[in-house]
Amino acid sequence: MTILVTDTGFTADTWDQGYTPFGEAANDVVSIDVPADTNPADIEITPTLKMVRIDFPSFADGRGFTIARMLRLAGYTGRLRAYGHVISDQYAMARRTGFDEVEIHQDLAARQPQEQWKFRADWKDNDYQDRMRG
Amino acid sequence: MYTYNDFDKSFIATRNAQFRDQVERRIDGSLTEDEFKPLRLMNGLYLQLHAYMLRVAIPYGTLNGGQMRQLAFIADKWDKGYGHFTTRQNIQYNWPELRDVPDMLDALAEVGMHAIQTSGNTIRNVTADHFAGASADEIADPRPVAELIRQWSTDHPEFQFMPRKFKIAITGSPNDRAVTRAHDIGLRMVEKDGETGFEVIVGGGLGRTPMIGKVITDFLPQEDLLPYLESVVSVWNQIGRRDNKYKARIKITVHEHGIEEIRRLVDERFAIVKGSFSGVDQVRLAEYKTHFAAPDFTVKSEAVFKDAYHSDPIFRSWADTNLSAHKADGYSIVSISIKKQGDTPGDATSDQMRLMAQLAETFGHDELRISHEQNVILPHVHKSDLPALHAALKEQDLATANIGLISDIIACPGMDYCALATARSIPIAQEIATRFDDLKLEHEIGNLKIKISGCINACGHHHVGHIGILGLDRAGVENYQVTLGGDHTETAKVGDRAGRGFAAEELVPAIERVVDAYLDLRTGKDEEFIETYRRLGLAPFKAALYPEAQADAA
Repeated sequence: MTILVTDTGFTADTWDQGYTPFGEAANDVVSIDVPADTNPADIEITPTLKMVRIDFPSFADGRGFTIARMLRLAGYTGRLRAYGHVISDQYAMARRTGFDEVEIHQDLAARQPQEQWKFRADWKDNDYQDRMRG
Repeated sequence: MYTYNDFDKSFIATRNAQFRDQVERRIDGSLTEDEFKPLRLMNGLYLQLHAYMLRVAIPYGTLNGGQMRQLAFIADKWDKGYGHFTTRQNIQYNWPELRDVPDMLDALAEVGMHAIQTSGNTIRNVTADHFAGASADEIADPRPVAELIRQWSTDHPEFQFMPRKFKIAITGSPNDRAVTRAHDIGLRMVEKDGETGFEVIVGGGLGRTPMIGKVITDFLPQEDLLPYLESVVSVWNQIGRRDNKYKARIKITVHEHGIEEIRRLVDERFAIVKGSFSGVDQVRLAEYKTHFAAPDFTVKSEAVFKDAYHSDPIFRSWADTNLSAHKADGYSIVSISIKKQGDTPGDATSDQMRLMAQLAETFGHDELRISHEQNVILPHVHKSDLPALHAALKEQDLATANIGLISDIIACPGMDYCALATARSIPIAQEIATRFDDLKLEHEIGNLKIKISGCINACGHHHVGHIGILGLDRAGVENYQVTLGGDHTETAKVGDRAGRGFAAEELVPAIERVVDAYLDLRTGKDEEFIETYRRLGLAPFKAALYPEAQADAA
């Protein structure tokens, strides 16, 4: 069991269609699992693609933030999920780089309860990027 | 100077509240030690050999009297009454308690300062020419751009968990005082057909694999700067090595992929990223330029200065070494040496900080700078005020006339403080400075940069010292390697390793032999050490360093 984190706190997972590993995705794929070492330019944004889940093998590995940003800049508008070892202190970073939600394991959720995640639900505030990019 | 607006104030207050919360969550177990570590580092807090260390950013080295006075207050209240200015224009407090750090950060916020991204695998405090806005040789003041970069890089969501740290330096002068070629990105302001832009240098760095940066583009239009920087860092965040921290810096990425491939990847990414910037950053930049407008320079007689210069040899000696040419008539740039022979290079007491704050307010248009050479600069002082300034500096041991001389040594904290160090740096600097002061040779020797690092990470910039000293641990004994002929300026060069290292007690005599050789070999007093070295190469200096090898060969 995993826990889904959004701006409102912890919720049950609402995605029930599973994931196709990135390397096995066909043209009509609906959802893919993307490893952290993926070149974002290699991810094909097809009309059927509705969910992209990017793996964070360790919270110290920030490649997923770049993949998310590049996917959004390439025009992907579907669901974008960070999965794995993401800590609540990174929630604002995840949202700001284009993720919609974070999927974490129960042990992490027990250690960092939802109040600690909701503490950063204010990610739209105090963002220098807003001021630099317009 | 840049003054915080409501946004900046709100940002810092929120950020400090988050850190206060993170400290508590570490204590209650919500955060593991591994998870807390990068969070404290991105807020400037290290764990050192004996205690925590808080590294406070002095963005591009610029601060005012009130800020300097607050640094003194913090040193007294939460530390041991002193601070250490670093080669990246920061100040370090060596003895804070973890529980006090959130209060220290709040005290910094009161004067528009912070410790954000002075550590960790983030974009670090951007550094700049310490003579910016004052020097006679400048094309443009780089600080408005540096402030723009500070804001863009602060809390940048994509770049908080990168392969390794990332350092940016900028200069607006053709004479590079910001060591731009030894940074992950170096920016040199240039003009082309009347348009302002940047030469962008990438992949420089010191550390265990010293590399001089390579030019990735020779002219980047000013308005493309932030999207271009973002593209470089984004490409590196994706492909930089994470399997080995010693191969993680962008200099290795550039080395392994080649500058052409990196340029191609950056250009490709820039084409995508550019569209996410509306151009509003250029509107802000125009506003920030007004923050850095030159002060109202006064025109008055220089007679007092001339009288003192002719009548007081101590003042004259100080004026000859510690003043630099200012762009305004009648003004000088004053370098205050915090390298008194025998003291710790870069350390200033709270009393010294308060005096410098007051002198900046009285004589210096309320502005101070920290140089990467670990001295304090008053960038705008009228010459007629110099005698009074010099007299005041003497009272706090701040009138040492040694800028650019052999005792103006860059030294990292070394084994006296640092958890990474393999040897002591500070005592070596003290011994060298004291020795040449005793010999009364310092002014005779002239411009000579000695830089000392207490480990291979090269915080003391030894690779680019005219004489570089690297302290290592050889089977539990300190051993010092000497490099010669390094250069930190626009003609940057990594020094040549001379040969076997020296034990601590052998080192100062060895340096003395090198200096004696220079004095013998130079064509005259106007040929500086580095010029003699360039003319003759390593051989005669190596012979002086290792006389026993000569004896064996004979």
